[in-house]
Parts: sequence; structure tokens; C-alpha cells
Amino acid sequence: MKSLGNIRRSFAPWADPHSKPFITFRNITKKFGDFTAVDNLTLDIYHREFFALLGASGCGKSTLLRMLAGFERPTAGEIILDGQDIADIPPYRRPVNMMFQSYALFPHMTVESNIAFGLRQDGMPKADIAARVAQMLKLVKLEQFAKRKPQQLSGGQRQRVALARSLAKQPKVLLLDEPLGALDKKLREETQFELMDLQQELGLTFVVVTHDQEEAMTMADRIAVMSHGKVVQVATPAEIYEAPNCRFVADFIGDVNIVEGKVTAVANGTVEIAGADFKVRTVSEVVPATGAAAAFAVRPEKLKVSRAAPADPGINASEGEIWDIGYLGDMTVLHVRLPSGQVVKTSMLNAQREVDNPIGYDEKVWVSFAETAGVVLRD
Amino acid sequence: MTKLGNAIFRRLVIIIPYAWLLFFFLIPFLIVFRIALSTTAIAQPPYVPVFSLSDGISGIWANLQQLSFDNFIWLTEDTLYLNAYLSSLKIAAISTFLTLLIAYPLAYGMAQAPRSWRPTLLMLVILPFWTSFLIRVYAWIAILKPEGLLNQFLLSIGLIDDPLIILNTNWAIYIGIVYSYLPFMVLPIYSALEKMDHSLIEAAQDLGCPPITAFWKVTFPLSLAGVVAGCMLVFIPAVGEFVIPDLLGGSQTLMIGKTLWNEFNANRDWPVSAAVATILLLILVVPIVFFQNFQAKAEEKGK
Repeated sequence: MKSLGNIRRSFAPWADPHSKPFITFRNITKKFGDFTAVDNLTLDIYHREFFALLGASGCGKSTLLRMLAGFERPTAGEIILDGQDIADIPPYRRPVNMMFQSYALFPHMTVESNIAFGLRQDGMPKADIAARVAQMLKLVKLEQFAKRKPQQLSGGQRQRVALARSLAKQPKVLLLDEPLGALDKKLREETQFELMDLQQELGLTFVVVTHDQEEAMTMADRIAVMSHGKVVQVATPAEIYEAPNCRFVADFIGDVNIVEGKVTAVANGTVEIAGADFKVRTVSEVVPATGAAAAFAVRPEKLKVSRAAPADPGINASEGEIWDIGYLGDMTVLHVRLPSGQVVKTSMLNAQREVDNPIGYDEKVWVSFAETAGVVLRD
Repeated sequence: MTKLGNAIFRRLVIIIPYAWLLFFFLIPFLIVFRIALSTTAIAQPPYVPVFSLSDGISGIWANLQQLSFDNFIWLTEDTLYLNAYLSSLKIAAISTFLTLLIAYPLAYGMAQAPRSWRPTLLMLVILPFWTSFLIRVYAWIAILKPEGLLNQFLLSIGLIDDPLIILNTNWAIYIGIVYSYLPFMVLPIYSALEKMDHSLIEAAQDLGCPPITAFWKVTFPLSLAGVVAGCMLVFIPAVGEFVIPDLLGGSQTLMIGKTLWNEFNANRDWPVSAAVATILLLILVVPIVFFQNFQAKAEEKGK
């Protein structure tokens, strides 16, 4: 069975036309004065989904999350949570909890009291609160820090307290605003997997806002890429990466090489595009008209760099010159300058420790790719 | 070289405030305390013994033996002093509380105001300081007296039939103190509220607090340091306040500042007034030292 990306999914309610969305944003618009933060946006999120809102700062992703939490009111449109329109419900009565970017831990309370805060507010019996707090502390492995104040904890520990506090009330949906933004790289990577395990274990719906594409790709079941208040593409990480639906997404997620050209032939699922350096022949779901301008996107790791000419140098191949070499450890990035002057990025996995006669600067090489390596972009 | 320079500079920075306290607080206090241990005399200055370096060591020793705690004992024998202290504490406490009631909403409003307005609002709070304190207190006489502005206004709108007697009562003192000390309460509370992270309030609401509960559970406890500082800045000078009770209060108003002034000027009894001042200082300093000790211990415990 062929699939996009090296992953097999058993959880995919969005592909099932019978499953009902858990959260629905319908024609949501939010304006701050003249500025439109969210622009007529419609989006479905499913039960138990780990959903990521990804975009550059100012794209409206945080505003969308804050509307779900109840801190902002939509200017127009409706938000439906579990079958109920929540537009008029104040934040303190919504069955959602948020983990804040700054963590927003109460500095005058101990870790324990921070976690118990929401439960006390609900008037839960004391014994039950103590039991739940203990359970939460265990979940985030902070049992021995119960009596500390937030300012006596490290960044990573604070993040865990914030997580425990927002999970303590067992919300229907957990909102996470840049949950790992304040952690250093190594801790961030570890915590990503912990969050995924936690979400699996608790069976909750997570909606996470992030500007870090790697974070979104790692954790989320689906990603909504946002730009200027609109959703540009909603899809699984693999689909977003391997089949971006437009130039913005292709460019925003990972590195990409774009070949501009004219469509010369279209025949049973194959499209040919004549670019300055490449004569592209690719399988394509997008079928543009012959003679139209088209853009073809191909990821660096799908380009092959070799000294020898490929079997058919007329198709999906071009000569070039090594322009830059970057050694990253796990892989090596090669920038190749093509005859037209375009510099393409390619990357090679360093599968072996020792390499005989590696490619060097200013060497003449061939760049080639397979017919299934890239996508024709919709524009 | 720079290291040494740094070390000297650091010492200097610490020495300056301590030297200030030594010369302008501790030494004057010791002088006052010594006078409190003396006896009145019809002389210049009006007490004995008078220490002089020309007396020699034996002279100073003889003088020291004349010192006694009689004045302090005297303070306990006449209920006037006890009543004056208690009445001062009561008036200061009520005034501080009233100031807090007015200052907190004011500071809260300022901290919530758009960022661009805040400097202007801050300026407005400090603005009264540009006019002499004495003139402002005198102005209150014109407002509060039976035929004053306040009564004229209330009579003209028909709210009252007879003028209110406010001047020369404790109420006039409360008004005077609240008015004069308001900025000292507003500023520390404002500074505590202003640096608070707004997401804390959102977090409280997110966890189920309606806005009012969120205020009492999060905003207020976090502004407590400002409230305590403001209360001290108002309460401490209010206890020893002399001008406001003298101008706005009645003849039967008993406050320690007035008592002290009477002892010093009218009775020319420097030793007793010095004893009154010493006790006043102890009343104010001892609780603060205890409070700070307690706070430091609480912080230690948290760590």
C-alpha cells in the first residue's frame, strides 16, 4: 500500500464522511478595529484529535485559540463545541482549559495550590481534590515539588505545572498556546513526545498553537496552516509536506525548490513542464491546461546529485555546479547552481561514516529526480 | 585595579545610606533620648544636665548619674498621654483604611487604562504636590466650614436643611489625612498592579473564576505588597500628624502630635516631649521590625 509520508494512520476521522466534528468554527471573523485578525474562517476539529494551528506571528492563530477559550468574542460567525454554540458562554463556564504561553502560574501559590485552583473553584470535596492533585503531580512527575512556589522551579518544571493545572479539571478540550516555546531545543523535543503520549493516554482533544513547523509536524494529527487570518491548507503533516496545495505552504513548511515553467503536455495523470533548466515530467493530481504557466515544487532530499549523467538526461535532470556545502551531521546540504543561475537546495543522508571521494566545491554535477518526487502547485 | 576600584565603589555605595541614617537619624534620636532622660530646668536649654566636652570625664560621669527614666514613668501616670496615643492610632488607622478604599480603585483604574494614558494619570495623582501642603489644608477649612462651599452646595440642591458641622470634628481630620496622603497610597498599589501579568487573570477565569472571584483570588493577593507599603506610608506619618488635626480638628481632638507640640512650646517641657517622641517612635518602629522579620521568615520557609 502506498501512502504519503513514512507513516500509517489508524486514526483519521476527518476522512470519514460519517464522523461528526467535535469543534466547528463556522465563518468566523474577528476584527480589532480596522485589522482583521481572522477572516471568514471555517474549520472542523474532531474528538481526540491532536490539532495544530501553524503560522507566522500575526496570522490569527492565537486569536482563534483565544476565541475558543472565550477571551475574545468573534465579530461574526459561530463556534460549536460538542454540539453547543459557545459564543455566549464566558470563559469561566467553558469546558475547555488553556495552557498559556507564559504558563501564567500564580506566583503566590504553591505548585499544589496552582493545580488545585480550578478544582476548588468548582467546589470539589477536599479529599477528591487532594487525590486529583496527587494524580496530576504523578502524571507530570513533579511529586516532590508539590510545596514549592513557581519561581523556585526550572522552566521545564513550570511548563509541567502549567500542563497539570490545565488538565486537572479534565476539560473536553485542552488548548495549548506555544506550549514549548520557552524551553530549550533538547527539552522541547523530549516534551513533544511526552505531550503526544499524554494526549493518547487521556484521550483528549488537543488544539495547539505554534509557529514552529517541526513541533507541529511531530505532534499533530492534522495541521492547519494559517496566513493573514485564513486557513491555507488543513491536512496531515505528511500531506502538508509531500503535497502542499500552494506556493505559500510549500515554502512555509520545510525547504523547497520551485521550478517555474510552461505546461507542454498533459496525458493520463502526467504533466510535462518546460522550465529554464529542467524539462519536468511528473505524475500530478493537479492538471493544468497545456500552455499555461505552472510551478513545480520538489523537496531537497528528493533531488539526487551525481557525477555521472542519469539514464535519460533530457527529462527531470540538469547539469550544474556545486555552489555551497553544509555539513549538518545527519545529512549534508548541497546548493547547486544551474545554468539559468537558479540555485537549488539538495540534501543527502549521511548513511555512512566514511565516504570515498566525496563531492567538493565547484565540481560539475548532475541534479535529477524521479517522476513521483514533486508536485505541481495549485495557484 | 578595576577590581579594587569596584570593591571600593561597592563599599562606598553601601556606606552612603548608612552614614545618612547615622548622622540624620540615629544621632539625633540619641540626642532626643538623652533629653528624655533629663529634668526640666528654667535655663537655656531648658533641661539639666547639659553635657559639655569641657566637663571632662568625671563631669560627664556625674551628669550621667543624674539621668533617669522619671519622664517615662510620668507618661504612664497621666492618662492624657495614653489617651493621646490611642486616639492617634485610632485616627490614623481609620484614615489609612479610608485612604485604601479610595486609592485601590483609583490605582486599579490607572493600571487598566490604555498604556498611552498612564503617564498623564500618574501626573494627575502627583499634581497636588505642586501646591504647598499648608495651603491645601487651609483650603479645606473654606470647603468644610458651616458656611463653606460644601454646605452651600448641599443647601442649594436641597439635600440638607441645616449646615453640616464637619470642621473641627474628627471627620474633618479624616478628610484632611485621606486627601493629603492619597498619592502615597495610590503610587505603590499602582506599581504593584501595573507589573502584574494579565494572563494570570485569564488563567483564573479559564479555571472557572468569574471576574470578581479572580480579582480576590489573584489580583488582590498579588497587589498586597503595594497595599502594605501604601498603608505604612500613610499610617506612620498620620499617627504623628500635627498640622491637619491642628487646623481641621476641634479643640478636644486628642492626637499625640498636638500633645507633643503643647509640651514642647506651651509648657516648655523638653524632657517630657522628648519622652513622648521616643515612645511614639517605638510604637511605630517595633511593629514594623516584627512584620519584616515575619515576612523574611515566611520567604525563607517558601524556599
